[in-house]
Amino acid sequence: MTQQPEGAETDAKTEASGETEAEALARVARHRERRPRVRDEHVTLAHGAGGSATADLVEDLFLRSLANPALEAREDQALIDVDPGRLAFTTDSFVVSPLEFPGGSIGDLAINGTVNDLAVSGARPAYLSAGFILEEGFAIARLRRIVDDLAAAAAAAGVQVVTGDTKVVGRGKGDGCYINTAGIGVLERPVELGARFARPGDAVLVSGPIGDHGITILLARGDLELEADLESDTAPLHRLVDGLLEACSGVRCLRDATRGGVATVLNEVAEAAGVGIALEETALPIRAEVNGACEVLGLDPLYVACEGRMVIVVDAAEADTALAALRALPEGEQAARIGSVVAESPGMVSLRTQLGGTRVVDTMAGDPLPRIC
Amino acid sequence: MRFVDEYRSPDIARGLAAEIAELAGDGHHKIMEICGGHTHAIYRHGIPDYLPDNVELVHGPGCPVCVVPAGRIDDAIAIAFEPGVILTTFGDLMRVPGGQGSFLDANSRGADIRMVYSPLDALKVARRNPDRRVVFAAIGFETTAPATAATVLRAAAEGIDNFSVLSNHVLVGPAIQAILDAPGQDLDGFLGPGHVSTVIGASAYEFVARDHGKPLVVSGFEPLDVLQAIAWLLRQRQEGRAEVTNQYTRVVPWEGNRAALRAIDATMEPRATFEWRGLGEIPWSALALREEYAAFDAERHFTLPGRRVADHRACQCAEVLTGRLKPWQCAVFGTVCTPENPIGTCMVSSEGACAAYYHYGRLQLGRDAHAAPVPSP
Repeated sequence: MTQQPEGAETDAKTEASGETEAEALARVARHRERRPRVRDEHVTLAHGAGGSATADLVEDLFLRSLANPALEAREDQALIDVDPGRLAFTTDSFVVSPLEFPGGSIGDLAINGTVNDLAVSGARPAYLSAGFILEEGFAIARLRRIVDDLAAAAAAAGVQVVTGDTKVVGRGKGDGCYINTAGIGVLERPVELGARFARPGDAVLVSGPIGDHGITILLARGDLELEADLESDTAPLHRLVDGLLEACSGVRCLRDATRGGVATVLNEVAEAAGVGIALEETALPIRAEVNGACEVLGLDPLYVACEGRMVIVVDAAEADTALAALRALPEGEQAARIGSVVAESPGMVSLRTQLGGTRVVDTMAGDPLPRIC
Repeated sequence: MRFVDEYRSPDIARGLAAEIAELAGDGHHKIMEICGGHTHAIYRHGIPDYLPDNVELVHGPGCPVCVVPAGRIDDAIAIAFEPGVILTTFGDLMRVPGGQGSFLDANSRGADIRMVYSPLDALKVARRNPDRRVVFAAIGFETTAPATAATVLRAAAEGIDNFSVLSNHVLVGPAIQAILDAPGQDLDGFLGPGHVSTVIGASAYEFVARDHGKPLVVSGFEPLDVLQAIAWLLRQRQEGRAEVTNQYTRVVPWEGNRAALRAIDATMEPRATFEWRGLGEIPWSALALREEYAAFDAERHFTLPGRRVADHRACQCAEVLTGRLKPWQCAVFGTVCTPENPIGTCMVSSEGACAAYYHYGRLQLGRDAHAAPVPSP
């Protein structure tokens, strides 16, 4: 310090506190040890600068909600013990508008998306990372809600977020909040699942109603002036996978139907296995609200995203067992058999329409755009 | 789905199919569905499976996105790159290729082109952005023209001075006239458009029967509507009649919607000529804003390049749009020209004949796949 402020009151105040210098320093040390709280109302560039503001944000928002030993070690990496065997490893980035919507938020999606990518390999999802890219000016209260959602979703899925990162970008350079998660799952069963294993005669199932998430998001944006009593289907699939693999030995492949919907997943399967897939329109579980919104907007529910649904290809002999195993859990209550794997038209998905005609269910070109004119 | 399932009953469809087969007899019947909505519905529901080989459906020019000439897309993009402009339009138009790419491409180069669901939403964008110039690239037949007209009237009433319309509205009657006048035309009848007829009325097609001796049945968009309308057309043929009839009476009034027609007439007037992709220049076939609403006319605010862009050398959209070629008969169909990379507009909109056929219809080998029934769960 080079200059005393006017009046040099510092000494007087020290004296007034009645503490010795050592006591005062101890008090300061205690204060510094206290769990910090973020008092700002908005994210600032300082929260991403790596200094005390970053530390406060990490401590107050992330560590508080996501408490676990690996994270609390506060090292540059998480050290985790695993048994010898196979691991599943995946990553996914989450951008969604709006960030919060009926049935969940980007926090739920960030956990469930990665958990599901692990689960459909047959692995038990175990450890996740979470990287946040925040835009300057983003409300801390909103961030807190998102982190709380993320923590609750992690708890529900039985996974730990063991490492993370936060960056802040300038105002206008981001869309509020982006999240990336990566995850590790442990393969505890000797299963090998993959689209290439689908073969003619297999049954095709879906774990629940399709298109809820995509239509919920579209309506939540609010510019359609359409309303429906709908919620996102965001949910972890690990329990369904576990129940299914426990009950059936003839599961060929599992895929969660996110972007591009059920149609896209089935086209991938048809292509990878060199088989045809024949669907029945009347067997598709689709809520009336989703069907209605799709009808109005000129969208096809088969292409609308889900965040908690998977497509299952299973030996036809085990189709009923598989359906029973899925329906035994609340998240699989409305599971349905929607079609079969066939030898005809390899690489193509076809649909027998409600009317009784047939048509192709093709891969999608770009984003589906609503039809108006 | 309530109110929809009733029009998708396989039992009734089988009954209509039997009636169609009987009415079709031994002759050949070439029927044009004018409207892209019908093209889409026909493939989406698998209607061709219910038709005998001698009832041939050909696709007409009634997809407004498909008939927009590439030069018009370039005009809109030129406006979008003017300082301070927000261009708004329907999602249908976002992927349509112009001479220098689509609106989506323009956005990736820095333009601000936004999708709206209604022209009134475009007006909202103008209200929220008083320092920007907001242009609505209007598209559609008389179906969407009333909404554009109502928006112009609203903007005028509110005195909004940063909003204008680039009108690409086209008229269905002159397009049908052009098809009928085309050399070598051998159509036996028409499925009349549904949505556009809610505005112009079924009576608007009377010239087709009166002057050209062809039957026309205005049809709804559900599969049973289409099958019934085809049966009605064939019955007229069998009985040697050529009349305009209305199958879609639950929605289409014979004389149309007077209030909607008044709004169009108040704000817009026919252009002496307009270029249609595939059909060329057609006189009195499109709508421009009237002089009284010049303040809301983007064509008067901005200098448009107005360049004619020749269609791709290999593109046969013209033949497809006039029913002379089936989509699969075009040399570049599904190879050079795909929905991911369309060179012709018929491949862009899901109502375009080529896109509808590409997405839903390529099933020549696959019909047997459904022979094995799926057991009910």
